[in-house]
Amino acid sequence: MTNNSEAFSGERLKQSHFHPRLAELNIRDSWSSWNGYKFANYYYDAEYEYFCVRNTCATYDICPMQKYVIKGVDAEAMLNRMITRDISKMRQNRVTYVVWCTDEGRMVDDGTIFKLASDEFMLTCGSPCSAWLEKSAFGFGDVSITDKSDEIAALALQGPTSCTVLRKMGFTEIETTKPFNIKHFPFHGDTLMISRTGFTGDLGYELWVKPELAIDLWDELYAAGANYGIHPFGETATNMARIEAGFIMPGFEFNEALKTVHFEHDQTPFELNLGWLVDFKKKHFNGRSALLQEQKKGPKYTLTKLDIEGSKPAEGAYVYSNKRCSREIGYVTSAMWSPSVKANIALAMIKTEHLSGELWTEIYYEKELRQYSKVARCTIKDKPFWTPARARLTPPLEN
Amino acid sequence: MRRYDSIIIGAGHNGLICASYLARSGQKVLVLESSESLGGLASSGEFYPGFKTSIAHTVNHFSQKIANDLDLASHGFNSKSGSLPIVGLSIDGNHLVLKGNELSGVAPEDSQAYGTYLDSMQRFADMLKPFWLKTVPRIGSNRLPELLSFASLGLNLRLLGKDAMREFLRVFSLPMRDLMDENFDNDILKAMLSWDGLIGSKLAPRSPNNSVLALLYRMSGGQDDAHQVTTEGVRGLIAALHSSAAAAGVEVRSGTSVHRIHVGENDAGLVATGVHLKDSEQIDADNIVSSADPQSTFLNLVGVEHLEIEFTNRIRRLRCDGYVAKLHLALDDLPKFSGLTRPDGRMIIAPNLDAIEFAYDDAKYGDFSQQPVMEIVIPSLQDKSLAPDGQHVLSANIMYVPYNLKKGWDKKAREDLCKLVIDVIERYAPDIRSHILYEEVLTPLDLEQIYGVTGGHWHHTEFALDQLFMMRPTFGAAQYSTPISGLYLCGAGCHPGGGLMGGPGHNAAREILR
Ligand SMILES: Cc1cc2nc3c(=O)[nH]c(=O)nc-3n(C[C@H](O)[C@H](O)[C@H](O)COP(=O)(O)OP(=O)(O)OC[C@H]3O[C@@H](n4cnc5c(N)ncnc54)[C@H](O)[C@@H]3O)c2cc1C
Repeated sequence: MTNNSEAFSGERLKQSHFHPRLAELNIRDSWSSWNGYKFANYYYDAEYEYFCVRNTCATYDICPMQKYVIKGVDAEAMLNRMITRDISKMRQNRVTYVVWCTDEGRMVDDGTIFKLASDEFMLTCGSPCSAWLEKSAFGFGDVSITDKSDEIAALALQGPTSCTVLRKMGFTEIETTKPFNIKHFPFHGDTLMISRTGFTGDLGYELWVKPELAIDLWDELYAAGANYGIHPFGETATNMARIEAGFIMPGFEFNEALKTVHFEHDQTPFELNLGWLVDFKKKHFNGRSALLQEQKKGPKYTLTKLDIEGSKPAEGAYVYSNKRCSREIGYVTSAMWSPSVKANIALAMIKTEHLSGELWTEIYYEKELRQYSKVARCTIKDKPFWTPARARLTPPLEN
Repeated sequence: MRRYDSIIIGAGHNGLICASYLARSGQKVLVLESSESLGGLASSGEFYPGFKTSIAHTVNHFSQKIANDLDLASHGFNSKSGSLPIVGLSIDGNHLVLKGNELSGVAPEDSQAYGTYLDSMQRFADMLKPFWLKTVPRIGSNRLPELLSFASLGLNLRLLGKDAMREFLRVFSLPMRDLMDENFDNDILKAMLSWDGLIGSKLAPRSPNNSVLALLYRMSGGQDDAHQVTTEGVRGLIAALHSSAAAAGVEVRSGTSVHRIHVGENDAGLVATGVHLKDSEQIDADNIVSSADPQSTFLNLVGVEHLEIEFTNRIRRLRCDGYVAKLHLALDDLPKFSGLTRPDGRMIIAPNLDAIEFAYDDAKYGDFSQQPVMEIVIPSLQDKSLAPDGQHVLSANIMYVPYNLKKGWDKKAREDLCKLVIDVIERYAPDIRSHILYEEVLTPLDLEQIYGVTGGHWHHTEFALDQLFMMRPTFGAAQYSTPISGLYLCGAGCHPGGGLMGGPGHNAAREILR
């Protein structure tokens, strides 16, 4: 027995820099993993955590997220050739959402780029991509790429009271930080970087600090947030929040193109409704000619936001163009009953040519071990389901 | 400013051939060559006052079709003269000589086996021959002419008959050693016949992959034009190509290096519209055709910022390290090779297949062998213009000298190599040292620097199955066109490959004119 446990001990999940506090609060011991880190599905109750995000504030451990620092005179040119968006006009201390594609214009991943200095950027993304970065940097003179994933402690603080809590902690003027801006604050003789970013579509911030200060940061944050409903949230609540915000997630809305085997089982930015991230006016970038063609002929599928009749989540359902459900035109990628919007919402990939017609879905659900199905009409929503004004305003409105 | 239909980068034989075809079809063509002399790896130059030589020292499979199309005979190239016997040098002076189809110096069994071997190999070579002058279709292509070239290969294969077809499929990817062992007994014979399948590649007798295919490629010239140095030599071929190109209206500027290929944009993507010279002068043309090797074309002249990431990665991973070095000797008299009346053949020093294999083993690990194997020609015996009266030039291709020498190529390493090679030659030609006026050794690194060919590679990039046919140099650039419209490749890095054959230049012109 001991032999066995030794044999696999190298495979044990890594612990986040916040792990001592996360473990304490994870009263359900519901763990999964993300990039080799032990990672909570939920701590107490997913719905409760979701309501913290929407009504008070909550923290989400983003230590397992990949973080690369890309530095050098040619760093900007290298990134601009890799991603579809133009970062040449980006100002320092700004963050931008980006995607990058294969030569064929299929999406490799999405992520955010932080401009830390004129020649220094941080790229964050869900999956490891050092191999792709290395290939992308080849041939550019002065670029260095450092994987900082394990060397930065990062924590998302999301929800309407998040700004107040940070102010309580002593980060005065945090309220002047605009969405996608970065501010630096002195913290225990070092620096705490705060960006007004997140994955919940709500008011929120992400905090970046060196690992040695992770526990101090946590404790001070939780002390300041005690009266503001602060609570950690896990993967399940995150997923609920991001669906309401209309954000895409690998494994749901898209497959990372470098990992797909079958032809066109991956997606283009146009299919994912991310055409606005593709800038044909800038210089050459990867996948450009394929994407030009795609733009010309139009994407085969389009990611669509659906408001569905009734209250049964349309998880895994097909979408049809008729009530008889005889002509299939797409599939649901994510679905939920949204407590905040009070609607049955879903994201779905639908054949572009059918977007103007009727949309129906057949929903399967279970009631006390019995299977039922029902056909429900879908309505297309153009805006994200959840877009509170506080998420965009500076200073944010607080309640 | 004059505008050109096509600009060809590089005046190697392929660049000149491509230029001639384009000009003959009515295009206004400019060839830009960095070096002062034309011919690239086949150019001739003085390496010691009064003594000239070229890197490629023999012609053997130059395409007769191209010679006819470009009327090279009337420009002074005689493709049917001066064929050289192959001589397998033996330390005891009992050399093997292969003259035409006549093999001497071996037992009757080997002699007889050679006849049978040659018959079947020559049939295979003839069967493949048309393929070298075709464009290999893209996988997934449904263009009829492209598919027909596959079909015709298939048909040729069928026409061999069932047994021969099976034999071909068995043999073409066989390690050279197996092919030799099953046919012959004599060690020197095996080494000598293997030579043309191995030279220029990173392959040894025991390497699987395609040395037999390389041999068949080199046999595509047919039996009557074995390796030769014509009276005008390799120099004569390049001069004829130049003269034919000039007659067709091609403008050639030597001593003019292309610094960058100018890449612009249109609705469909990127387009090559011209070239920048070192002094930043820009010359525009509708087609930019590069005979520089693929790595240098894409990574240096185009620049990765204009290329896709996965494509760039494939170009970067091309195997371009050369393994052939050259020795040039200026001699005050003809050396005496023991046992030979006249050293007028292509002399191979490789006592057996193991000698070749062991030399390769050293190179694999970044060293050159203490017992180098080589091919020697004294081209001044045919081409009198190469040396002053009564004096001579010796030219040797030394196999398995790595581009990436582990200890680095410095003066000492070059001198060591030079001494080693001359030591070996001395065993067969004891008086050689007394005739040497000057010696020059060129490592693959030197060849890269002087001739602008990445890795100093014989074929610009490895001639191996993963980089052949519709994969040469890599998919996305294997049909002479490239991901950048208006930019074409026409050098040895394209199908069919290197050597003085002309296929890439010929095929590229056809694709451009399509
Ligand atoms: C050591 C050695 C010995 C060989 N011996 C033989 C032999 O005996 N027989 C045989 O058949 N083959 C031989 N080969 C192979 C043969 O020489 C080559 O495969 C062939 O010459 C390649 O021809 P090419 O026209 O494709 O390219 P190259 O001859 O390499 O021509 C390319 C030209 O492009 C020019 N160029 C490159 N970059 C630029 C630029 N930026 N601007 C302007 N010009 C540029 C170069 O200067 C060069 O002239 C030998 C090769 C080597 C390395």
